[in-house]
Amino acid sequence: MTDVKTVFGSLQSYSKGNIEVIDDDPRNYVFSNVFDVAAKAGPYERIAVGKNFEYVIETLRAEGTSPWFTCAHDEFALVMDGQVEVRLLKLDDPTVVAKDKNGAIRLKGEPKGRKMGYVKAGRGHMTLLPVGAAYQFHADQPGVVTIQTMQGDLTIERWADICITR
Amino acid sequence: MSTQPVIQASEPDNYYGYRSFKKGKFEFRRDEYFVHIHWPKGNHTMPADAFLRALQRDVAWNFFYGTVNFDGVFGTLNHYGTVDMFAGRFNDAYRRAGLDYNETYNSDELMATFKAILEDWTNKGYDPFAAPEETHQPYGRKNGSNSEAINRLRVTANRMVGCPGDTPVRTDKNGFPVNRHFADVPQDAPEIHAEKGFEGEVCAYNLFAYLSRSNVTWNPSVCSVVKESLYCPTSEEFILPVEHGNDRVEWFMQLSDEIIWEVKDKETGRPRARVTMRAGDIAAMPADIRHQGFSPKRSMLLVWENASNKIPELIGQGKAPVTPVQF
Repeated sequence: MTDVKTVFGSLQSYSKGNIEVIDDDPRNYVFSNVFDVAAKAGPYERIAVGKNFEYVIETLRAEGTSPWFTCAHDEFALVMDGQVEVRLLKLDDPTVVAKDKNGAIRLKGEPKGRKMGYVKAGRGHMTLLPVGAAYQFHADQPGVVTIQTMQGDLTIERWADICITR
Repeated sequence: MSTQPVIQASEPDNYYGYRSFKKGKFEFRRDEYFVHIHWPKGNHTMPADAFLRALQRDVAWNFFYGTVNFDGVFGTLNHYGTVDMFAGRFNDAYRRAGLDYNETYNSDELMATFKAILEDWTNKGYDPFAAPEETHQPYGRKNGSNSEAINRLRVTANRMVGCPGDTPVRTDKNGFPVNRHFADVPQDAPEIHAEKGFEGEVCAYNLFAYLSRSNVTWNPSVCSVVKESLYCPTSEEFILPVEHGNDRVEWFMQLSDEIIWEVKDKETGRPRARVTMRAGDIAAMPADIRHQGFSPKRSMLLVWENASNKIPELIGQGKAPVTPVQF
């Protein structure tokens, strides 16, 4: 047995850090907390919490069943809280998204294609969302997922609402 | 035909047993406790452990992105092909006094010298990648070596750890036991249910378990890749051995526990802020700062980089902002 305690966050329990300014503007740090963001988000809104030119990290509140998404490049989903099922489908028509399109797009209804399988992912599990596939999330209980991706049509920016400003 | 980099090293010192080294007009020697650096305009002394831990990162990271300040005086600045070695260049007092000094080398040339210093000055039982509680002391006279520890390869996944043909997950069997500070981290694997024919395309792994088995500290390693967007998670304990000066915006997402960051102006070293990050926090380090982290307990940190080689020039020319978002 060990008395060590590793602290992870969750929707129910997180402790946001802080910025002690000496000679700076706290907005320069674009500081938010993924659990805080997800706690105030609607299901499967793709909210940017990190941005580096065309690349973003999005935070999603996983709750119920998401729409189907696809993307012209790989993406990676990291579960930060909860249990999330990731369903994958090989699209019959991958041209539904242009090859040079950045970020995810939402598909209408159930896309046509072959079932690739699914992943049951828990805290700390990272799942590949491969190019050429459509994907859908499902969570019986609210959870949090972050996605390594590029800024796209579905990416929501609400920095002033989520970041420490003073 | 390529030529081997030239390493200027002395014979071992009769008493301490360590070699001294020269690169350009910089000179390096060590004794039982300290490393002494000499350049045409001055001298500098660092504790041997601080120098070796910083040198280890500079070597493992191949001079990394931007500036690697070993401390407030000495360090390197990466130009990705060439590299500057400097003293006092990013120190306001040295600059004002005209005591700063800089030399530029082919990166491979300086790397060869740095590796030779690290090899010679790291004693048996001392691991500059390890947390202080997990390794022996670096002090004393020359006593063997620890090549295995200092020559670990930095992990660089091509797509994602655990994908077919890519970097494997860590296990007891392949030499990565769970670290003592992460003994309570669940080691469960995601349930993967792949349809026939898609076994190689349905991929997932436990990143937190993977990090709990890291045997190094402060060594970001590429674990997933979206074009030039690199997830470089790492396990951290004690103190980041360098003050990293950014040449681009760098992002941190704290995955577990807590790290306190001291942030200073990149050019002058003047303090700007103290940023405390806890699990779930995400923050940017602007491109005009240097930062040093303090992790009281071993923690998991996701370092997120944009590896585009165009960014330093864009920022340097003022064509891109030093912060990632304006709001």
